[in-house]
Amino acid sequence: MSELRELYQEVILDHNRNPKNFKKLEIHSHYARGHNPLCGDKLELFLDIKDGIINDIAFLGSGCAISTSSASLMTQFLKGKTVLETRKYFESFHDLVTGKSLEEGDLDKLGKLAVFAGVQEFPARVKCASLSWHTLINALDSASEIAETE
Amino acid sequence: MGSILAVFDIDKVRNDFPILRTEIYGKPLVYADNAASTQKPSQVIDSVSELYTKHYANIHRGVHYLSQKSTALYEAARETIREFINADKVQEIVFVRGTTEGVNLVASSYLDPLLQAGDEILLSEMEHHSNIIPWQMLAERRGARLKIIPLLENGELDLNALPDLLDSKVKLVALTQMSNSLGTINDVSVVIDQAHTKGIPVLIDGAQSIAHMPIDVQAMDCDFFVFSGHKIYGPTGIGVLYAKEKHLLKMQPYQGGGDMILSVSFEKTEYNDIPYKFEAGTPNIAGAIGLARALDYVSELGLSEIDAYEQALLTYATEQFSKIDGLRIIGNAAKKGCIVSFILEGIHPHDVGTIMDMEGVAVRTGHHCTQPVMDFYQVPATTRVSLSFYNTKAEIDVISRAIIKVKELMG
Repeated sequence: MSELRELYQEVILDHNRNPKNFKKLEIHSHYARGHNPLCGDKLELFLDIKDGIINDIAFLGSGCAISTSSASLMTQFLKGKTVLETRKYFESFHDLVTGKSLEEGDLDKLGKLAVFAGVQEFPARVKCASLSWHTLINALDSASEIAETE
Repeated sequence: MGSILAVFDIDKVRNDFPILRTEIYGKPLVYADNAASTQKPSQVIDSVSELYTKHYANIHRGVHYLSQKSTALYEAARETIREFINADKVQEIVFVRGTTEGVNLVASSYLDPLLQAGDEILLSEMEHHSNIIPWQMLAERRGARLKIIPLLENGELDLNALPDLLDSKVKLVALTQMSNSLGTINDVSVVIDQAHTKGIPVLIDGAQSIAHMPIDVQAMDCDFFVFSGHKIYGPTGIGVLYAKEKHLLKMQPYQGGGDMILSVSFEKTEYNDIPYKFEAGTPNIAGAIGLARALDYVSELGLSEIDAYEQALLTYATEQFSKIDGLRIIGNAAKKGCIVSFILEGIHPHDVGTIMDMEGVAVRTGHHCTQPVMDFYQVPATTRVSLSFYNTKAEIDVISRAIIKVKELMG
């Protein structure tokens, strides 16, 4: 059960029950939809970016606890960050959930997102944790197609 | 419950399946993903091993001893299959890779040459994607369209809609005998009778039903019946298309290659007789032989006995799961195979699957390749417990406790 507790930490369960920034941004500069066809997870991501800074970010959708809490924590984390930093955080987050060793200091920089370290023990769930991040990159690249983690 | 559980020697049966002794994360495996694929008894594993150890060579046309031995075993397997589904003739048994290839073969070799723009293919709302997509691809190619027998809330098909749906434009009906996501057992004979009065042929998808009930294709009077070996305790990569001889004789070859010909020149090729005409290339020889052994194994247990035992398991599982607060069973047809699909209020099936896995319980979570069914119930996915004759009442208790653990952890 210890790996399960690592995976389903209180922070993750809280964000699943009460996701933050769970809404549509009426005014947004960037938008993308994400879809995980295997589990049916779907999400929409809205970003309001000005002068290279994420002023606001929000999401809507339905998914498992890992994907919902990941989207919630991601939106909280990225508010106020620059687009340039964000791409770097994507790399670090991806390394974290896939169990690759992070460069010194990078884990600290991820702050609360470090709770997703438990995902590396569950390879089948990596795509759940990373769906919102893949969708984010698509939104930043202004890709019109749907992000897929399959 | 007691009586059937008593006549079924479950310890002996479980002993035949080596994988059931596996531990998962230090816990005894509870394998409840049988609708996806079944485990293999030693008898099947040994038959494949014995072939490769003692009798193997390529089949047909070989004059040497081993080729003839292999050929004899391969063709004996075909006869075992004929007998198992009570086909009239052994020529009506075509070896394919599995249900999916069987459906594709019928779509390409039977229906494609007949289908014209404006024609219709009738399916049901509970079909597996493998009994939707081949027809959809064909319909798109020919300007034809799909029509759907609708689902009812309890997971049964609305067969009252059938007479109106079966109009003169329908060129084929393709229907599952047992739903892989809901467990519903369809009364296929009603559909076949009604279709036949209008001269419409019917394909029955037996992927799920084959392992759970006696099949008699002549009594059923279906035109085509398809199933996969791996869902009836046999190897993967082998399956069967049964088709009435009158259809096979008219059908075009499926793939070109060796073994499906009588004579070849660059000007003209003369095709082989049925069923070889549909079996181009070296087939899955070991698969066919393993499948025949699996069917023998199932026959030795007795399909009626298997059915009775599994029905007792289904009743017990349904009772036990229904006691769990917030659990809703998806699919409550009056006649069901031993599949229980459910959702837990507020908890996504993927989280359920991961947590149950840590308890050693293998279940499937997702849309089970039946997205139209998920859309009908407006759920993204379900957790599916699919049982077999090697499962036990005690295992159902383990599953119930695992579900309760999910609720505690996620609550």
